Amino acid sequence: MIHSLFLINSSGDIFLEKHWKSVVSRSVCDYFFEAQERATEAENVPPVIPTPHHYLLSVYRHKIFFVAVIQTEVPPLFVIEFLHRVVDTFQDYFGVCSEPVIKDNVVVVYEVLEEMLDNGFPLATESNILKELIKPPTILRTVVNTITGSTNVGDQLPTGQLSVVPWRRTGVKYTNNEAYFDVIEEIDAIIDKSGSTITAEIQGVIDACVKLTGMPDLTLSFMNPRLLDDVSFHPCVRFKRWESERILSFIPPDGNFRLLSYHVSAQNLVAIPVYVKHNISFRDSSSFGRFEITVGPKQTMGKTIEGVTVTSQMPKGVLNMSLTPSQGTHTFDPVTKMLSWDVGKINPQKLPSLKGTMSLQAGASKPDENPTINLQFKIQQLAISGLKVNRLDMYGEKYKPFKGIKYMTKAGKFQVRT
Amino acid sequence: MSAAPAYSEDKGGSAGPGEPEYGHDPASGGIFSSDYKRHDDLKEMLDTNKDSLKLEAMKRIVAMIARGKNASDLFPAVVKNVACKNIEVKKLVYVYLVRYAEEQQDLALLSISTFQRGLKDPNQLIRASALRVLSSIRVPIIVPIMMLAIKEAASDMSPYVRKTAAHAIPKLYSLDSDQKDQLIEVIEKLLADKTTLVAGSVVMAFEEVCPERIDLIHKNYRKLCNLLIDVEEWGQVVIISMLTRYARTQFLSPTQNESLLEENAEKAFYGSEEDEAKGAGSEDAAAAALPARKPYVMDPDHRLLLRNTKPLLQSRSAAVVMAVAQLYFHLAPKAEVGVIAKALVRLLRSHSEVQYVVLQNVATMSIKRRGMFEPYLKSFYIRSTDPTQIKILKLEVLTNLANETNIPTVLREFQTYIRSMDKDFVAATIQAIGRCATNIGRVRDTCLNGLVQLLSNRDELVVAESVVVIKKLLQMQPAQHGEIIKHLAKLTDNIQVPMARASILWLIGEYCEHVPRIAPDVLRKMAKSFTAEEDIVKLQVINLAAKLYLTNSKQTKLLTQYVLSLAKYDQNYDIRDRARFTRQLIVPSEQGGALSRHAKKLFLAPKPAPVLESSFKDRDHFQLGSLSHLLNAKATGYQELPDWPEEAPDPSVRNVEEEDLSLIETHVGLLGEYTEVPEWTKCSNREKRKEKEKPFYSDSEGESGPTESADSDPESESESDSKSSSESGSGESSSESDNEDQDEDEEKVRGSESEQSEEDGEKRKTKKKKVPEGKGEASSSDEGSESSSSSSESEMTSESEEEQLEPASWRRKTPPSSKSAPAAKEISLLDLEDFTPPSVQPVSPPAIVSTSLAADLEGLTLTDSTLVPSLLSPVSGVGRQELLHRVAGEGLAVDYTFSRQPFSGDPHMVSVHIHFSNSSDTPIKGLHLGTSKLPAGISIQEFPEIESLAPGESATAVMGINFCDSTQAANFQLCTQTRQFYVSIQPPVGELMAPVFMSENEFKKEQGKLMGMNEITEKLMLPDTCRSDHIVVQKVTTTANLGRVPCGTSDEYRFAGRTLTSGSLVLLTLDARPAGAAQLTVNSEKMVIGTMLVKDVIQALTQ
Repeated sequence: MIHSLFLINSSGDIFLEKHWKSVVSRSVCDYFFEAQERATEAENVPPVIPTPHHYLLSVYRHKIFFVAVIQTEVPPLFVIEFLHRVVDTFQDYFGVCSEPVIKDNVVVVYEVLEEMLDNGFPLATESNILKELIKPPTILRTVVNTITGSTNVGDQLPTGQLSVVPWRRTGVKYTNNEAYFDVIEEIDAIIDKSGSTITAEIQGVIDACVKLTGMPDLTLSFMNPRLLDDVSFHPCVRFKRWESERILSFIPPDGNFRLLSYHVSAQNLVAIPVYVKHNISFRDSSSFGRFEITVGPKQTMGKTIEGVTVTSQMPKGVLNMSLTPSQGTHTFDPVTKMLSWDVGKINPQKLPSLKGTMSLQAGASKPDENPTINLQFKIQQLAISGLKVNRLDMYGEKYKPFKGIKYMTKAGKFQVRT
Repeated sequence: MSAAPAYSEDKGGSAGPGEPEYGHDPASGGIFSSDYKRHDDLKEMLDTNKDSLKLEAMKRIVAMIARGKNASDLFPAVVKNVACKNIEVKKLVYVYLVRYAEEQQDLALLSISTFQRGLKDPNQLIRASALRVLSSIRVPIIVPIMMLAIKEAASDMSPYVRKTAAHAIPKLYSLDSDQKDQLIEVIEKLLADKTTLVAGSVVMAFEEVCPERIDLIHKNYRKLCNLLIDVEEWGQVVIISMLTRYARTQFLSPTQNESLLEENAEKAFYGSEEDEAKGAGSEDAAAAALPARKPYVMDPDHRLLLRNTKPLLQSRSAAVVMAVAQLYFHLAPKAEVGVIAKALVRLLRSHSEVQYVVLQNVATMSIKRRGMFEPYLKSFYIRSTDPTQIKILKLEVLTNLANETNIPTVLREFQTYIRSMDKDFVAATIQAIGRCATNIGRVRDTCLNGLVQLLSNRDELVVAESVVVIKKLLQMQPAQHGEIIKHLAKLTDNIQVPMARASILWLIGEYCEHVPRIAPDVLRKMAKSFTAEEDIVKLQVINLAAKLYLTNSKQTKLLTQYVLSLAKYDQNYDIRDRARFTRQLIVPSEQGGALSRHAKKLFLAPKPAPVLESSFKDRDHFQLGSLSHLLNAKATGYQELPDWPEEAPDPSVRNVEEEDLSLIETHVGLLGEYTEVPEWTKCSNREKRKEKEKPFYSDSEGESGPTESADSDPESESESDSKSSSESGSGESSSESDNEDQDEDEEKVRGSESEQSEEDGEKRKTKKKKVPEGKGEASSSDEGSESSSSSSESEMTSESEEEQLEPASWRRKTPPSSKSAPAAKEISLLDLEDFTPPSVQPVSPPAIVSTSLAADLEGLTLTDSTLVPSLLSPVSGVGRQELLHRVAGEGLAVDYTFSRQPFSGDPHMVSVHIHFSNSSDTPIKGLHLGTSKLPAGISIQEFPEIESLAPGESATAVMGINFCDSTQAANFQLCTQTRQFYVSIQPPVGELMAPVFMSENEFKKEQGKLMGMNEITEKLMLPDTCRSDHIVVQKVTTTANLGRVPCGTSDEYRFAGRTLTSGSLVLLTLDARPAGAAQLTVNSEKMVIGTMLVKDVIQALTQ
């Protein structure tokens, strides 16, 4: 299946290669570089590139291309999904996944990659198992290892590999038993020029951080499970229970994991918490344009909107912008034509606004497109769909865990067309 | 320099690794290899005794490998450390070895013995990693060693080692394909492995080594389907895609007869989930209406696959979701494919690479099954932040989804896209508009006008693309659009994009009669600029000139000749050719007249309008989700998705023989005959499977379709026959009607069987003769039923026939009580049938049935054994179900009944009576419950151990099961002193409750509290046979353990009960109206129970 993996940074250097079968010369990446050149932007590089003898499948994350080389028919999503899993694993191991970090930990990276695939077929991809095989580097462990001569490599088969719950390692012990669940909802929306909603949908996830001793069996129930239209589960969730009772019943992995992601059914009207008033105009003859946007709260359920940022890709004809924000800071990059405005909190009494002029290329006719405005924001302690967790119960263990549930709403792909 | 001595030593090491002291001239090596010097320190570190130094060195070497630097010259130094005690050093050495062994084969051999030792290590991780590395060293000499190691590991105790063995198979195969036959043996062995850990890897090996050996899958098919949900994600993908191919070769196309069933069934399918009971009803009607037309019947195994993969649509892994989606697309009946749309749309939220692949597949699907994605139209709207390739794919999907109703919204979206900054995307949008315009006649003019407006766009690319699309649109109806052509003609002055210029010229030439005044002028201008044009434009200029010459030679003769002369000396030979050819054609000359007379016809022939179609049109001949589909080209190693077979291959190949075959074979031996697959194993297996299937039918929502109930038809019809006949044999309650039934059934059987199993019947009959008869009645009655189905003989006669063949001595050994087992067992199957579900079984205790049955048999068989008393114990419950067949249980037969008595230990438990009977000739000792693997919440109260059960004896025990108000099966182990049997009890929903007695007023009050969501109402038609009070009440109470509530009106029946575990009320009202119409209402907090109960009761009543 997967023959080799090349890690390529944005400047086109191959800084890591790993082969699971016979060695594939790195010259195969030339085809990739060719495609990269043809695509103007990194995300436009086609994920699948056929070459005379191989196929290159790549994902682009954290400014690194992960290029897998395959030789025979494989479902492309299989490879892509695996590559993403590799990135996630690195992130899990090192906190961040970036070129310097990978270079610093190249041996661990190599060992992890060796365990993840055998002859190109995934062997161990659960981070709980991997971490037992190869322990993630920490300062403390490095110190201990140099003194005692012990190693980072486990010498026993991880218990998870053989058990019916491969995602959980056995013998977990904590002094403070706690389970935290974050219900995070994202609003994807397209708002048209006049402020009416073209599409809006809510996608949510429940991320969990479970640090519980032993083999706890948790059940999580919702006040209004009907809201969830389409769900996908972590493998630990018992599907039958969900089907029959709409209860999430699971033996959790140890540590951080995504329990559930869901889609809120489209029938429910989506509350749009912010509005954007905009007035962007280019005049035909003059070399100046007017720019003015105001952001205000709409349906916020009484919560404050925080972390608001506004970004917009301005047309090529815009040379520079001179703007004054009523709050926050703004930047405009004259090369990429990217305007971004870090607004912060919205105060309903004094709506934040950004006003000013744009200087346009002299002599050029007015650009016929208007920029779209992308919005980011956060609302704490609110799940915009109204989803509520009813209760969390634990079976199978005696102690009383500390349980916490947090709600948050964020903007997903929130776009305002002007 | 301190490194000098070490250096010379190492040099020697590299030459002859066994003898490091081997003398060598340091200077001669040093001259040409600076590499040696560079790695000197590393070698030194590797040669020390300190693990920490070795580790440090190995880390640096691995870092070199990772960076792609050549470290092969260190091979000898590294390989020495292969037996190092430090596990991390060892691991890194392995990494190094796997990387370089291929290049230094001789040296690599030195490490082999270490691995061979490792293969025997007690630690499974070490065994596995030794095998891993051994098989990863691509050195052809060690092929035999590898083969041996793989074979050994394939029967290792540890599943992890077996998994590694599965991984090693393709490695060895790629090294030496001559080993294929032996490897296939190993694959076959590993395919039979029952652990989920191995399943994925071995299927992977199967796919790489012998994907054509589909026959290896047969026996493991059902196991794979059942294990699937527990296999890790990567294995799931591989298994699903293999099973897709498998199913395409083994089952019939579910769409072939769709038209037959569609009218009746489609409605039920599209109905909401609550409609399912209705759907079941109408499909029964459909089945009844079309008995002769041989409706499509889905193989139960086909259904099994679809059902077991469906939950995986909820997987977090995009690859799994895609795999299931393609499976449904390729295998599911049309009406069921829709379920995948939601999951695929969900994947669009994922990373852009995932989106890219998913959208490609959605584009292909949306052409074939547009309706599937229509509700999700808005999910494909494009955001300015999407990468261009995603935008273009979304556009493709939007275009495919556009239809008469949604086209206004789609076009409005397209309008915004046209103003995007991304010009490639704008061009694609314009093409998309063109396609919408050709596909949907209603909006053609609107689109055309919009495109014409775009002609005044400032961006040349936009204009050019519009011109090209307009050209295609105009070709469809040129007459009305003279104005547009004129407008386009004006554009020739401005547009520079060659493709657009060429398109305009072609248009003017083609429709020059619509623009007679402008055309020559355009030609004049083009002639002027001819030399400066691009090649495609030049060709079109020649075309234009030729066409004008033919229609309007007066004005254009000179111009044409001028153009042709210019073209004659053009650099491009195509243009020169064209010019020469055109001149010969249009300018009449002396010699060649034949063609030029037809020149006009040639040039101005009406040309068909181009069809604008999606580039994804015929991509679905590639398996969706595959690399080949994505590239639209066959990738290496792509396995063609076979077409459905015309005739389904024999489904019995998937039947699995039980482990306890040994026992049977001794019987076979007794009779001196041998058969490959004893017929009866087949039966009992099939029945077992059906019992397992039952929960699915009852609890999965919206699934019951015509195909499903049809599933069980042909084959189980024969079984039903035996049921009905055995019933009639026992007919105490209503022997008359039963006889009629039997006749009817026989007729039906004849009808359906004659098509399906005429040839089968022949086979079976002959086979049957060979089947050893000594196995006792259980098997013979099954056979009897089968033979009766094929030959329309009554069971009795076949029974007696066999009797004569059987040695009487054997017959005596088996107590007649076992006879009741098959009869009761088959009753449990009945609820898959169209006729006679288990619930219809009269409340009369099963004991009576078996008594009479036994009595009948006694009369027939003349055996003298008497009935075992325990069988006669008054148990008022529903019919007996089989827990363990006597053959599977090596003589121990176990049945169970729901006694409906409160369980003494725990009121939440359902009390289950278990009947054991020993039909072997040795006493069975120490019967007790073993470990149970129960779903959460379900608990079991064991029965006291039965110390001994003498041959021929029976015993009854009571156990309690708390099913937790769900119909999940309770799986547990039944142990004797020598054996363990896995058994499972699956409660019908009606057994999960206990009656409560309440007054009418109370009932109404409680019912008032359980309205809305908690109320399920269904309409039904009561057949004539069950219009009387007595029968209705009887049927309801048989189906569900409810108590009757007194009622004022005569044609209303009320029943009440509480679920055992949670004690929630279950209220059932049946409102009978004149002429058989009735309405059934169930009120219960437990909605699932309510729905299932409604279904069961309706089924019971409408039989």
